[in-house]
Amino acid sequence: METEKIIETIHMISDENLDVRTITMGISLLDCIDSDSTKACERIYNKIMTKAKNLVKVGEQIEAEYGIPIINKRISVTPIAIIAAASSDQNYLKYAQTLDRAAKELGVNFIGGFSALVQKGYQTGDLKLIKSLPQVLDETDLVCASVNVGSTRSGINMDAVAEMGKVIKDASSRSFMTNTKMVVFCNAVEDNPFMAGAFHGVGEQDTVINVGVSGPGVVKHALEKVKGKSMDVVAETIKQTSFKVTRMGQLVGTIAAERLGVPFGIVDLSLAPTPAVGDSVAQILEEIGLESVGTHGTTAALALLNDAVKKGGIMACSHVGGLSGAFIPVSEDAGMIAAVNAGTLNIEKLEAMTAVCSVGLDMIAIPGDTPAETISAMIADEAAIGMINNKTTAVRILPIQNKKVGEMVEFGGLLGYAPVMGVNSASSAKMIARGGLIPAPIHSFKN
Amino acid sequence: MKAILTTIGKDQVGIIAGVSQFLAEKKINILDVSQTIMDGYFTMMMMVEIKDEKTDFAVLSDELNVLGSKLGVEIKIRREEIYHAMHQL
Repeated sequence: METEKIIETIHMISDENLDVRTITMGISLLDCIDSDSTKACERIYNKIMTKAKNLVKVGEQIEAEYGIPIINKRISVTPIAIIAAASSDQNYLKYAQTLDRAAKELGVNFIGGFSALVQKGYQTGDLKLIKSLPQVLDETDLVCASVNVGSTRSGINMDAVAEMGKVIKDASSRSFMTNTKMVVFCNAVEDNPFMAGAFHGVGEQDTVINVGVSGPGVVKHALEKVKGKSMDVVAETIKQTSFKVTRMGQLVGTIAAERLGVPFGIVDLSLAPTPAVGDSVAQILEEIGLESVGTHGTTAALALLNDAVKKGGIMACSHVGGLSGAFIPVSEDAGMIAAVNAGTLNIEKLEAMTAVCSVGLDMIAIPGDTPAETISAMIADEAAIGMINNKTTAVRILPIQNKKVGEMVEFGGLLGYAPVMGVNSASSAKMIARGGLIPAPIHSFKN
Repeated sequence: MKAILTTIGKDQVGIIAGVSQFLAEKKINILDVSQTIMDGYFTMMMMVEIKDEKTDFAVLSDELNVLGSKLGVEIKIRREEIYHAMHQL
């Protein structure tokens, strides 16, 4: 090995925050279904405890041997609305508490899959799960929830959109942290390793290991060396960097899967920022040449970044999946926070940005007195972008009680902190009150 | 298993001796060594072989951290695959 290459790898890890963001074990719970919810929960607990017994230990071993930080070890399970539907329970808190208990005993960071897929309508368990959400998010610590309200193939379930606005409001009145653990999706993916939206799809294998890499700091550092060069050079530099970052994810995933004795699923090529200095997607866009993220040109720069990351990563690993795109959460990205504070980034621009990258309006604090219908309408707008553009979009929006625009909210850890952002004050209530289904779009005449 | 041990820091007397002595005590064999001064920093790469498969990397890393602070350098050990994965197809 050449010394320079070894040094480059060391710099990426030590100085540029290169890490594996998560090893996520997907576990199917389809064989745990029982009409008696107590029996079902016992089977769920036993299956998770057996399959994921060594997940944390193996993650820590790999960290020590290869010197690469693995920030989170997580579990995703089959959407609980499917598993719990057979029971006559009216509230699914018991299932969530079972997941929470297993996650805590195993020492994982999160468990995802308290989910329902309702893009075309409700089945038996779906509405019960949705109604349980505020209490579940409030009374459990590690359980992450998601609801898929739309898809390109089926349209947008506006009844569910209306319901989710109310759920988010109700949850926010219990605690300001509840909504950090829930995502509303359009075109949700079945092999996503990232929280809060991870669940284990029914088309997946029984147990699988998925890996999410990270590395905004590495991309920014690489771009610092090509200041003033053409966009072709920018794209090429991002591709090469993404390739190296993804190779790391592929290695870690392969080793983890081998040691855990389960198949290796996918590498998620997302660029996931953290609030740490130098680990920001916004700062990559600024390095490309924007004075501040959110100004004119942001969408174009982000489109290039998102595409180049995929092009570089796709050859570096055996299977790509999950969300695979640049994340633009506000509270988890120091550059985004600074731009909101400076007044150069607003919700409307963030919405435009989500049309060209993954994943959506993410970790955005809004005033606590925002009406439920306005939140529903924000979800509907995001879902429409996803539905028409054939991509995943999501909303993880956080109404903060008794806080006004410009005030700060601290979430802690990887979730960071965020200034409360203003929303449009004109009402969307009559549209949301209509309910029904927005029909699936036509797949030809694409303009 | 093979691993790459990197030692980076301000050049001074006794770094190579200190590291080699530690490895000898642990029965870790040195397969290859390269040493250079990069950007004014002493930079040493060692390819080593750890015969004992039961070696606890976390403990070994901690011990190397202690040794590093004694010698005034940063010492890291990583299995070699990580470097190959990143730079070679």
